[in-house]
Amino acid sequence: MTQAIAQLAAILTAALFIFALNYMNDPKTARHGVTAGVLGMAVAILATWAQPGIVHHVWILGAIAAGFLVGVPLSLVPLTAVPQRTALSHAFGGLAAGLVGVAEYYLWLREPAQFTPFRTAALVVEVILGFLTFTGSLMAAGKLQEIKWIPQRPVTYPGQNFVNLGVLGAAGVLGVLLVLHPTAPSAPTIFPIIAGLALLFGVFLIIPIGGADMPTVISILNSYAGLSAVAMGFVLNSSLLVVAGALDGSSGLILSIIMCRAMNRSFANVLFGAFGTVQKVAATGEQKVWKQETVEGAAQLLEQARLVVIIPGYGMAVAQAQHKVRELYDALTKRDITVKFAIHPVAGRMPGHMNVLLAEANIPYTALAEMDEVNPEMPQCDVALVIGANDVVNPAARYAKGSPIYGMPIIDADKAKTVLAIKRSKNPGFAGIDNELYVQDNTWMLFGDAKTVIGDLVKQFAAGGLH
Amino acid sequence: MTDYWSMLFVFVLATFIGLGVIRRVSRLLYTPLMSLTNAISAIAVVGSLVVVGEDHPLPIRILGAIALFASMTNIVSGFLITDRMLKMFKKQ
Repeated sequence: MTQAIAQLAAILTAALFIFALNYMNDPKTARHGVTAGVLGMAVAILATWAQPGIVHHVWILGAIAAGFLVGVPLSLVPLTAVPQRTALSHAFGGLAAGLVGVAEYYLWLREPAQFTPFRTAALVVEVILGFLTFTGSLMAAGKLQEIKWIPQRPVTYPGQNFVNLGVLGAAGVLGVLLVLHPTAPSAPTIFPIIAGLALLFGVFLIIPIGGADMPTVISILNSYAGLSAVAMGFVLNSSLLVVAGALDGSSGLILSIIMCRAMNRSFANVLFGAFGTVQKVAATGEQKVWKQETVEGAAQLLEQARLVVIIPGYGMAVAQAQHKVRELYDALTKRDITVKFAIHPVAGRMPGHMNVLLAEANIPYTALAEMDEVNPEMPQCDVALVIGANDVVNPAARYAKGSPIYGMPIIDADKAKTVLAIKRSKNPGFAGIDNELYVQDNTWMLFGDAKTVIGDLVKQFAAGGLH
Repeated sequence: MTDYWSMLFVFVLATFIGLGVIRRVSRLLYTPLMSLTNAISAIAVVGSLVVVGEDHPLPIRILGAIALFASMTNIVSGFLITDRMLKMFKKQ
């Protein structure tokens, strides 16, 4: 009887999860998705808890209480920190899968009949995926949080891919051995080695990854976390886990594909290509210099515009400038100037990062436009205002074959009648030389912290003394 | 044996449902989508619940308790932050 109830509960939960994702197709209904998800989760937890085999209720209550204690503060992080929170939650998901796998392995040792080839293979996959997702995501979270002892810059060395694939390959070979001889005397030694290699591989996988690749890497780790839940489903014989894991895995997969396309790169290239290592493009003969504009001049340009396209990038998030951007948006729309935000799919550090920051600042989502929608309009755009974005507006992506961003679809800021670009430092650095947008004839630079510069622009409008 | 086949069957079909549903998700909502799917895949909680709740030896239950804690953290923070972000998306 309780068995039947548990099965019915599982079907109900799976259905609710699919509804939850379906509600996400429109911002208007999206919050119902959370309700459906919570409902499904509650049903599944209660139905499992009610099973007669469950006896250690105090332990369960304790672990759940600890989960709330950590989970609630984690949900209250500033939105600029959402990428690292997401990475951290992938790490937790991987850890849970890995630990359950380890626990099941030692339980099965006591009744070896459990070691069918299929289930043993699923167990090996669960442990490898779970643990590599755990350490990989922790590393990614550390890089995003800019923790001191984790290098931000991609770290590469000769033979790196060989070493990385060697570690994963060794784990795979040992895994196959374990599937073939699950009860051999050496098996209990092999199992922890597999887990250890997976933990190591997760670290190695993220070491060569740079900030610009984070949106793709987070999506791939999302997919792995989902697949480790699928493997756990096979191990525990639970269709519900398989369904929920498959939903998560396919979501991560689709996001990874979108991110890769937006950078014109393949999965393999992201994971093994070490994008962040700067491949210097041979300097062209003439050295153009940027032209600087004053805040007053910039305000005047903006005031005379009819269509302004704002292109935000990670720099806006770093400067926490989104609320000032909202004030500027208000000042411009009040003067009947059309303002659109052009969002590149990989702007920021995770998929959709810019949209969330702008929504936080109360900018209506109807003003947020995708790259493909906005590019045909760029020639009519009077002012393109670039805020802390760099690669996603670099015209070199169209033709510079040696450049690491060659072939990447970009927002056509350079086709606007005038370009205003806010950049943190005057230091020509890489960006000053590499990004031709900044030295174009119709580009004017505004140097300074994005929040301060936009704040000054807003003050100019408020003063109204522009005439 | 047939059991495993039907499980694989479920996996393949669920993946297709996932791909179909996710493809229609609003591009504005990719960040909340990721935190929502994260909370959903923390359904692994039912696995941890069984490991910690059944009468197993102590070390096994400790592993289960840590796994249950990790999944529960994802459920709580995942759903809460998704809702917090979705609240911010307004039309006007």
